[in-house]
Amino acid sequence: MARTGKAEWGVRLRRRDVLVPLATAALVLVAWQLVVVFGIVPNFLLPSPTQVVSAIVEDAGLLAQHSASTVVEALLGLVIGVVVGSLVAVAMDRFEGVALALRPLVTVSQTIPTIAIAPLLVLWFGYGLLPKVVLVIISTFFPITVSLYAGLSSVDSDLIDLMRTMGASRWQIFWQAKMPAALDQFFSGLRISATYAIVGAVIAEWLGGFAGLGVYMTRVRKSFSYDRMFAVIVLISVLSLALMGLVDLIQHIAMPWKRAEGNSNHD
Amino acid sequence: MAGVDAAGVGAGGAGGVVLEARGLALSWDEGASTCVRVDALEVREGELVCLVGRSGCGKTTLLHALAGLTRPLSGQVLLRGRDVTGLAGQVSYMFQKDLLLPNKRVVDNVCLPLTLAGVPKAEARERAQALLGRFGLAGCEGKWPSELSGGMRQRAAFLRTYLMGNDVVLLDEPFSALDALTRADLRDWYLGAARELGLSTLMITHDVDEAVSMASRIYVLSAGEGPGEPARISDEVEVGRAAGADAGDFGLTPEFLTAKREVLSALGVG
Repeated sequence: MARTGKAEWGVRLRRRDVLVPLATAALVLVAWQLVVVFGIVPNFLLPSPTQVVSAIVEDAGLLAQHSASTVVEALLGLVIGVVVGSLVAVAMDRFEGVALALRPLVTVSQTIPTIAIAPLLVLWFGYGLLPKVVLVIISTFFPITVSLYAGLSSVDSDLIDLMRTMGASRWQIFWQAKMPAALDQFFSGLRISATYAIVGAVIAEWLGGFAGLGVYMTRVRKSFSYDRMFAVIVLISVLSLALMGLVDLIQHIAMPWKRAEGNSNHD
Repeated sequence: MAGVDAAGVGAGGAGGVVLEARGLALSWDEGASTCVRVDALEVREGELVCLVGRSGCGKTTLLHALAGLTRPLSGQVLLRGRDVTGLAGQVSYMFQKDLLLPNKRVVDNVCLPLTLAGVPKAEARERAQALLGRFGLAGCEGKWPSELSGGMRQRAAFLRTYLMGNDVVLLDEPFSALDALTRADLRDWYLGAARELGLSTLMITHDVDEAVSMASRIYVLSAGEGPGEPARISDEVEVGRAAGADAGDFGLTPEFLTAKREVLSALGVG
């Protein structure tokens, strides 16, 4: 078997795989700091990286509180979005009629800008948890549906025929052949959804609410404390990355055979 | 199982007919016109029969119908005299690709036919474990399929096919994806295993050398004369091989060349 090249995991990172991006990031931060220090961009418009860090430290308690609400909304919405998205994908795969009926609708639903419907959701569902969760569901279910449906339909038809010659039922074919084959694509979709989840929750909070990073963000924007604005942006990135890391971890546990694939190179 | 030495005997020999097709008319797709017509085809107890033909002439379509995966437009498939037309799961079928499930370890892959049939996992594993050695897979039970070489994967696919529990086996170019040396090894290994386990085999291939070196009889499937004419079995070649001869040795005999010439001319080559 040919060397498979890069694998998701199981491949040891070389030193320069870590050093090169780290050095690039450090360079950007230093340049940014210098730009502010030398007044190339006025400080009241652009805080320096050190100011952002100290803003994070100063407001740590408050940020943690707001983060907690955002994470709860994001996780709740993501879980429901994954369940709904998966059910839709399975139904589309199982019944051709459902696929024909839903495929265009699913696509169109994704072209609706979330920022435009967020105020409507606030209008309909108030300032509490519900509108945020609904917005997260809307923005996360689509990647799941599309990736899982694609994964389920990508299964080798010979494999299904083989299962039939072994007397497998439709149910057995689904669970033993189709589902495992679709997992890879499902997780790619889930990784995208995870990033949408945090951002979706923040957008919903912008437009009204009592807690959350979006609420904090609108408050600090109104008081022109841009160092805190940047602090929230950093925090949102970190939370999204953490959520993606969680997805990777779940995939790592759910697909032990992937690790073996990363190491295989037979000839 | 009876008729182990049926190889090389003509009609009316030691082995009775185990698999038979009568008056089959097949189409590529539902509603399409007939593309393959097979008036009579039979596999006798313990023998290995090959079906050769050019690519795209309908070999796999025919094999699918014999496996019950598709329903013929007309005609019958009989397994030991029992009508199994359009019934899947009556004979063992092995595809060109090994189709091992990447998410199951080798032992669970090979005992899939047992677990699908409701055999408890522990018992299924035990039965598979006992056969791993015979199939050249000793020590591989805990590996993932991706950790096996192409030849080993194919052996695992053979074992899985065997555990389907039918002694009539349909093979769709099982060696074509392997390198030449592995292929030669596996051909001999299969002949030995089939004889020992009492299997009756119908194998399709487009490799004439492979067909002649393994089979006791060869059916030649030829495309129809004119456009729209279905493919038919145009010739049946008896290969004069001694019972038990292995594929590599037989490939060096004059009988091999005689049969090969006959098959090639039936295919319109040379």
